[in-house]
Amino acid sequence: MNPGLDAAPGIVAVTLVTVATLVIGTWGLRFSRTTSDFFVASRTVRPRLNASAIGGEYLSAASFLGVAGLVLTFGADMLWYPVGWTAGYLVLLVLVAAPLRRSGAYTLPDFAEARLGSRGVRSVCSVLVVAVGWLYLLPQFQGAGITLSSTVGAPTWLGPIIVGMVVLANVTSGGMRSITFVQAFQYWLKLTALLIPVTVLLAVWAGDSAPTAGGGTWSVPLAAGGGQGLYVTYSLIIATFLGTMGLPHVVVRFYTNPDGRAARRTTLVVLALLGVFYLLPPVYGALGRIYAPELATAGRSDALVLELPRIMLDGPAGELLTGLVTAGAFAAFLSTSSGLSIAVAGVLSQDVTGRMWGGHRLGGVAAFRLGAVVAVTVPCIVALAAPNLGVARAVGLAFAMAASTFCPLLLLGIWWRRLTSVGAIAGLVAGGLGSGVAIAWTLAVSDPEGWADTLMGQPAAWTVPLALVTMVVVSLLTAARIPAHTGRFLVRLHTPETLDLDRG
Amino acid sequence: MSQADPPERVRVTGPPRRRTPGGRTTDIDAETRLGDMYMGSLLREQLRLALGVLTVLALTVGVLPLLFHLVPGLSGVGVLGLPLGWLLLGVAVYPWLLALGWAYVRRAERNEDDFTELVSEVEK
Repeated sequence: MNPGLDAAPGIVAVTLVTVATLVIGTWGLRFSRTTSDFFVASRTVRPRLNASAIGGEYLSAASFLGVAGLVLTFGADMLWYPVGWTAGYLVLLVLVAAPLRRSGAYTLPDFAEARLGSRGVRSVCSVLVVAVGWLYLLPQFQGAGITLSSTVGAPTWLGPIIVGMVVLANVTSGGMRSITFVQAFQYWLKLTALLIPVTVLLAVWAGDSAPTAGGGTWSVPLAAGGGQGLYVTYSLIIATFLGTMGLPHVVVRFYTNPDGRAARRTTLVVLALLGVFYLLPPVYGALGRIYAPELATAGRSDALVLELPRIMLDGPAGELLTGLVTAGAFAAFLSTSSGLSIAVAGVLSQDVTGRMWGGHRLGGVAAFRLGAVVAVTVPCIVALAAPNLGVARAVGLAFAMAASTFCPLLLLGIWWRRLTSVGAIAGLVAGGLGSGVAIAWTLAVSDPEGWADTLMGQPAAWTVPLALVTMVVVSLLTAARIPAHTGRFLVRLHTPETLDLDRG
Repeated sequence: MSQADPPERVRVTGPPRRRTPGGRTTDIDAETRLGDMYMGSLLREQLRLALGVLTVLALTVGVLPLLFHLVPGLSGVGVLGLPLGWLLLGVAVYPWLLALGWAYVRRAERNEDDFTELVSEVEK
């Protein structure tokens, strides 16, 4: 918290983004009438709008702030994070996108229950959606705290509270339909907020006669680390490539496509949008290495994107660009938190708040609103209390958990006839416990060293195979319990909608 | 009005209905052995395509960490003013992922069209 800081650009930026978010959300409200609007925008969102919304929702604090900070601190190895977050969509496209849409379910627990005809699988999935969702929300709220403290000088607790309240206002009032417009807007805002400053900063750098950091091993992927470094990189690749399909907020978005083909085309546009965006954060990391290496040693690398314009430029130009990146960062927290809150609230409202409680049952929209309050409040409180893990690392752990639970369930559920509910539950529990223990271990160990800490710090390489093998073996052992409607359900998942077939 | 030619007769039709009596969709609905065969072939075709794309992904992007590990000097080699590692991981990988996705979508839709055509044919 720099006392001589000019807070004006940051305050103006945060206010503008917040107001724009609320206004667009309210405007979208006019289209939100039914429960189906709340959950899935009544499934009528066109590929291009939907892809912008997916991009807007997906590019979180980890992408906007975390990648540049990681590259600044650890060098080119960290380029695997954005590569993995993009390639995850390719894996999702080829294995999951169209069948998931055609399944016709609202949420991951819905998919599991429809595919396997079991309430038990549904409950396990619901618990996991909430776990992954909260794990992912936590760094968003903490990132908001960092942003406000480094650009405005506000206390770190203010960010989580502002983001939590804006998300709650939007989600409870308009649900999925209004959020679609908000998030599409926020993708383009985030892209602009990185692109314009980086263009100016590169011009400044060229005007300085293009100095280099002379980084030695910093600029070379996998220069250090030996066998452990190689394991961490491959485990990260597995977590991000396979984890994307299991993120609750990503999956919910697919149900808003009109049909399976639209789901595929949407994913293709998402690949393009993410590819363009991820060209930019590493440039901030590289410039930071030249102009602001002290941020890495001070442990404040997550603030690099926010502070670089002021470091490289004096006067109003620097202030203006600071305002712009602050706006982008805030959009990142708002959009990702909104998407996650909707996903978690959707599950909570179906399985907790929408249940009978004391002879009284809440209606669809009221249950959704109550679910949203719970979904936002819990991680917001934890964010205020818990220590900061580093934005990108916390998100990495959420990916690992999604990859070791929902990825095997979706893959086998879509492509393998012999999956049984018992097998699915066994695999979900094995993957969930494995990654959960690893995450707890990582949070408890402050100074990781040696193979055990490495395996726990990046668990996907062993937890994903563990879950997959458990699911297959237990399913084969309980072959008598293959659901009778499996054949019909696979027809629904894989045949084009134009064919007039019995889809169960 | 009376002298004017009567408006030409227009045939009003709905969207094309794919179910033709005796078509193979009934086999799929009834889950006969023939119907299961059609479904099995569609599933295999789509899975083979998906695994093919993933294999290409693994052999191009997936081997990079191993390659940089085994040939330590490689990623530092300057190409177009950037170290090779940065050029590949920071820039070139994104158009490549998009190209793979585009190729997949084209083929997957063609597989579905072939399947639609196959099961819509009327038995002779």
